Amino acid sequence: MSLDQTPGGIGTDDLVLNDRVKTPMYEDPALFNEEMEKIFGKVWVWVGHTSEVPDKGSFKLSYVGLQPVIISRDRKGEIHVLVNRCRHRAATVCEIKKGKTSSFQCPYHGWGYALNGELRAIPYTEGYNTDFDKKDFGLKQLKVGIFEGMIFASYNMDVEPLEDFLGNAKPWIKLFMKQGGGYPVKTLGEHQFKVPMNWKIQLENTTDAYHFPIVHKSFLQSLDGEATETFSFMDDDDGYVEDLGNGHSVMVMMPEFIDLDNDDGAPIPERFAELAEDLRKDYDEAQVRRLVRAVGGCGFNLNLFPNAACSLSFFRILRPVSVHETEIRHIAIGMDGGPAAANQMRMRIHEHFQGPMGFGSPDDAEIWERVQRGSAGGGEDIDVMVNRGLGLEKTSDNGLPVGDISAETGMRSAYKMWKKVMEQ
Amino acid sequence: MKDFPAQTDVNLAVVTEFLWMEADLLDAKEYVEWLQLWTATGHYVIPVEKEGDDFANCLNIAYDNALMRDMRVKRLQGGFSISAAPPAESVRTVSRIVIDSVEGSLITVRAAQHVMEDKFGRQRSFAMNVTWKLEQTEEGLKIRDKIIRLLNSDGMLTSISYLF
Ligand code: FES
Ligand SMILES: [Fe+2]
Repeated sequence: MSLDQTPGGIGTDDLVLNDRVKTPMYEDPALFNEEMEKIFGKVWVWVGHTSEVPDKGSFKLSYVGLQPVIISRDRKGEIHVLVNRCRHRAATVCEIKKGKTSSFQCPYHGWGYALNGELRAIPYTEGYNTDFDKKDFGLKQLKVGIFEGMIFASYNMDVEPLEDFLGNAKPWIKLFMKQGGGYPVKTLGEHQFKVPMNWKIQLENTTDAYHFPIVHKSFLQSLDGEATETFSFMDDDDGYVEDLGNGHSVMVMMPEFIDLDNDDGAPIPERFAELAEDLRKDYDEAQVRRLVRAVGGCGFNLNLFPNAACSLSFFRILRPVSVHETEIRHIAIGMDGGPAAANQMRMRIHEHFQGPMGFGSPDDAEIWERVQRGSAGGGEDIDVMVNRGLGLEKTSDNGLPVGDISAETGMRSAYKMWKKVMEQ
Repeated sequence: MKDFPAQTDVNLAVVTEFLWMEADLLDAKEYVEWLQLWTATGHYVIPVEKEGDDFANCLNIAYDNALMRDMRVKRLQGGFSISAAPPAESVRTVSRIVIDSVEGSLITVRAAQHVMEDKFGRQRSFAMNVTWKLEQTEEGLKIRDKIIRLLNSDGMLTSISYLF
């Protein structure tokens, strides 16, 4: 197969144009297989957060594309990402979602692996010839990169350094982690749901402010007046979407909450008054204000190609399952060692919008399914338009496009990268 | 507890009738009437974690006090939520009802519940263990807490546009 032709015979140039993408992007199973190989099989993929494997011996199951992996922390404290597949005859070696262990033992014939993936023990070794070397049969390792607690993995051992890949997204990740309010960020639990849609429909949506007042009207109606103000970004003129390169982008909805350490001196909103009162028992006023701002979360969505987002106050992780099916995780984060009242409030805010029964996510899921249903049949002559804001964009200090809050700049950024990676 | 008149009526038939009446209201999406079944305290909880009951300090799928229950019903019936207008249709069965304890006016009941939903011509099913803390009041039984433990609560779910 030539590199610029998909198995369906359409070249990437024909699938992704600057102002539109073609319907097979959501519909073509052969294209999906190629994405698994060229994107999820090669680039840096978000797999977890260091707080999910806090101690020596901690492990957590995750995925890279279709492949189940184990994130483990070995006895020296080093983090590994291992393919969850016995090197003998392919059984998964672990089916416990998270926990602590000293080793992984395959349940089929009993091969035992250390936390770093090395093959340590084989029952009845005399059945193998003397040239059999355990060193050759450790669990397959992925390249691991960690930035600000976020763990990424790649099948490509020669992949560019993670920091280069993240590039202009790095300062935004650092800003996002200020939600610890001075404490380290830790995961507090997660919502998981699958949606009958192609993964790129979700990838687009994280930088789509345009849908918010329509799809999330019932969420907005459930807020008090002050909170409604906070979410009125479609009617304000200070929000923007910036292409950060490498497919990453940031959508700034509430510029006043870009840097949570920048206390603007605004009065504490009514909905946080009770929390603030509670915190005043243990903290001085400056700390109370810092914690309350942290609980409220950041004012932006950072979209990281291909599968992660730092979205307002949580991690949004997508996992492609098939051309028509995608699994979504909404991981709540909070303050490791921080005040219980603050973490409780963060979880209540998360529950309000996110997850299978939140006031927001079910409406997103419905719309994404509707996009997939509308795309059925391939729509040879009708395209998916991502041209909003084209011709109106400015240029950032990084030399990249910046559109207004509802511009489809972030989607164009992701598709540019999609095309680049698929052509490699 | 002899002085509490409803007390003597606690039996499986009375409790079952109440739970089936609740199930019927929920399938019919008579949510405003359903809200009347509740006391002012207590929570409607769908935990993520399979173990433990410190729900306030955990992330849940739903953790609704009276105010949140009210807002949830408004959202589901307001006509502005694309997933709930129209909602999936549901048919549920409540069975295997067991009265765990009766302490004063508080009855702890648990049951199995199966829910089938239909939307877009596709059907989805949910299985769950449900525990109710029912309060005996002068107006009859009221729900203080309802804890819904989905079989797959910590796994991959699908979005839900109605109430369990
Ligand atoms: S498949 Fe794992 S030991 Fe045989
Ligand atoms: Fe949305």
